[in-house]
Amino acid sequence: MKLNRRSFIIGSAGAAGGLALGLRLPFGPAVARAQDGSPEIGVWVAIAPDDSVNIRVVRSEMGQGTITGLAQLVAEELECNWSKVKIEYPTPGESVRRKRAWGEFSTGGSRGIRESHEYVRKGGAAARMMLVQAAATQWSVPVSECSASNSVITHKGSGRKTTYGKVAEKAAQLEVPKDIKLKDPKDWKIVGKPVKRLDTMDKLTGKMVYGIDVKLPGMLNAAIKACPVFGGKVKGFDAAAVSSMKGVKKVVQVGDNAVAVVAETWWQAKSALDKLSITWDEGDNAKVSSESIAEMLKAGLDADQAFVGNKNGGDVKQALSGAAKKVEAVYAYPFQNHAPMEPMNMTARYTPEKCELWGPTQNYEGAFAAALAASGLPADKVDVYRTMLGGGFGRRGAYPDDYVTQAVLIAKEMPGTPVKMLWSREEDMAQGRYHPIMQCKLVGGLDEKGNLTGLHMRLSGQSILAAVRPEVVQAQKGRDPLSFQGVFESGEHAFTYDVPNLLIDHAMRNTHVPPGFWRGVNINQNAVFIECFMDELAEAAGQDPLEFRRKLLGKSPRALGVLNAVAKKIGWDKPAPKGVYRGIAHLKAFNSYVAGAAEISVTGGNKVKVLRLVGATDPGYAVNPAQIERQVSGSFVYGLSALFMQECTVKDGRIVQSNFHDYPSMRIAQMPKVETVLNATGGDTWGGIGEPTICVAAPAVLNAFYKATGKRIRTVPLKNHGIEMV
Amino acid sequence: MVRLNINGKTLDLDVDPDQPLLWAIREQAGLTGTKYGCGVAQCGACTVHIDGAAVRSCSFPVSAAVGKKITTIEGLAQGKTLHKVQQAWLQHEVPQCGYCQSGMMMAVAALLKEKPKPTDADINAAITNICRCGTFQEVRAAIHTAAKA
Repeated sequence: MKLNRRSFIIGSAGAAGGLALGLRLPFGPAVARAQDGSPEIGVWVAIAPDDSVNIRVVRSEMGQGTITGLAQLVAEELECNWSKVKIEYPTPGESVRRKRAWGEFSTGGSRGIRESHEYVRKGGAAARMMLVQAAATQWSVPVSECSASNSVITHKGSGRKTTYGKVAEKAAQLEVPKDIKLKDPKDWKIVGKPVKRLDTMDKLTGKMVYGIDVKLPGMLNAAIKACPVFGGKVKGFDAAAVSSMKGVKKVVQVGDNAVAVVAETWWQAKSALDKLSITWDEGDNAKVSSESIAEMLKAGLDADQAFVGNKNGGDVKQALSGAAKKVEAVYAYPFQNHAPMEPMNMTARYTPEKCELWGPTQNYEGAFAAALAASGLPADKVDVYRTMLGGGFGRRGAYPDDYVTQAVLIAKEMPGTPVKMLWSREEDMAQGRYHPIMQCKLVGGLDEKGNLTGLHMRLSGQSILAAVRPEVVQAQKGRDPLSFQGVFESGEHAFTYDVPNLLIDHAMRNTHVPPGFWRGVNINQNAVFIECFMDELAEAAGQDPLEFRRKLLGKSPRALGVLNAVAKKIGWDKPAPKGVYRGIAHLKAFNSYVAGAAEISVTGGNKVKVLRLVGATDPGYAVNPAQIERQVSGSFVYGLSALFMQECTVKDGRIVQSNFHDYPSMRIAQMPKVETVLNATGGDTWGGIGEPTICVAAPAVLNAFYKATGKRIRTVPLKNHGIEMV
Repeated sequence: MVRLNINGKTLDLDVDPDQPLLWAIREQAGLTGTKYGCGVAQCGACTVHIDGAAVRSCSFPVSAAVGKKITTIEGLAQGKTLHKVQQAWLQHEVPQCGYCQSGMMMAVAALLKEKPKPTDADINAAITNICRCGTFQEVRAAIHTAAKA
């Protein structure tokens, strides 16, 4: 692809600073440049004469701290002055033109750091080598006699010194080295340290620009409503009735299932949309309810056909029928919405020559692809510019026919005029990509000594990938491997327990409710199912839940490591204080080993106070311990909100819950004391941070609740059992 | 035209007096630090001060703010000097995505004015903002730090 000589600036006239994006190429030597004109030293780094360092990041920052962590990795190898580091975001259009020089943009599956740490570190190292080479050439000395530290290059023999900024132009013209040796982790100075986030200040003053804050000259605003019954279509709407309302510019149908009002302000657009009468062709899905879905899933629990996710050599049926004691239980997990604080939105401007988008997404390449399809323009006429994300949690990933597509379709109705489309909270609740619904039947067999001899875990419910990445499911002959996260046969979500006769399978039962990747994805339900059932088995065996697990973890020392860590921290070997009850859980997820231990008290049989939650994680390597602590405690808030109070129910084919009054989220009064144990044990693989720990909060609390009350709760959320989080 | 006093400035805005103050602040005054989260006074992302008291501006009509002092997150600092709440937020690195934090800080600033040394129980009763990232542990620590400043 040809490199264009142009620069991309978000909201060139209106948007705040700090969002200057992209790259430009001047005439003259083939040196790519950052927005401030500084030359690129390899693709990951550009350095200005004043020594300021632009580090390129293409993953999305949604609060998880990825831009800081990725910058630490580059800076570690670059040997630059950390206080001079700034972040710059290449656009997906630029990525296409430069043959994906920065790799994958998608930010999900806790992959931001663990899947790019090596190439970004190499990018930092390559830039350092080029800078040192440029200085050596200038001094006419062997490069081996020069070294770099804190953005200063020193020649050992003569003591001469120069800075990165002074040699950057020369360095930029050098070939990017290919043979790169990375530091031994024990020599890290920036990686592994709790350095401060790079994006805090603007979040304190109101300056940070999220998608909802984008301002462009002449911009209009759109409010939108899609058919509340998924799969339904627009039958008709009475545009004339609202067209004369103040500020209203146009009422447009968006695709076959939505209507938008475009107005001067969003409040005007929303007010008109609320008054607009729309008739829908709701189709057969309007007959679907939570009850009908539950029936369908229930039938899957005993169905003959199921996809196998984990099976060892043993004969489960035989082991269970011959067991001295058999334990059986059925669990269920509901649909849940992500409800990030910033509702879905995207700003788009379309002309036949150019389609440009501004807004929050976890996958700028995915948004780019959606914009290509919706605009009908070729790749060199489309681009997507970045804003901060007001939360993501998986909702802003790439889903078919989602908000990016809508924004482009609206913009096409108003050529040349930028239009910011913002969903109301109610629309956000009605048009989610929901946590999949799942039921699970578990049957375990124990021998006379209380050893677990057989386990059958049957999942029945929705597949995310069947809806979102059908090609993956097709390649697996219909199986969705993601359904087995945390209990899978191998890999980053492998089951940790060593059970002699094991079968874990999935009767796929898909619904018309569109599923999505919801922080932690399928580990949320799988951890509840397996880790609560482990407690049930331990009780049937007359054993301590921790001891029972330890015996099954002989082949998984890292799992044992985190489990022992939380047990130690919570004080498992000593009795809990009076009125305090404990529960424990663990899982392997996203290549990290995680465990949780809870202390709770219960009053009146139903008022639960989560007093303490200890979380341990072994991600192999830790880039920023301070941010890891925040991800652990933050994930517990997300997970406990889901456990206690969140469920999306279906009536007449649509989601019943509409806002935070009937889909509540934890407040500070309900916050337990969270203690994090970081147990990074190294090794060959890097584990994720943002998601894994979420899954241990719910089963640890449920197990503690059983100890407190003798009641085994097997369906989420707890509000349906009259249980309250206080 | 409606005359509003926002962050010490008098603004004449072409806005429906019955509409929520939030959207006048964001769309007419152009101050986007105050966020929309729910529109029904549940989440607190839109919290501003009206004559020093915390108000959820998504459910507060413009007309009720006329003649009063409106302070938004952009007006919390004194020039370049951060408010003690912002300072504590910086020290504890409270924000994750940061979207709810404007409202959270405004709610806390109002609380500290009323109760300069709040107990945990005071905090639990007064701070009911939603944060989906789950920053509550840092929020609580930062409130206590700000109270000591």
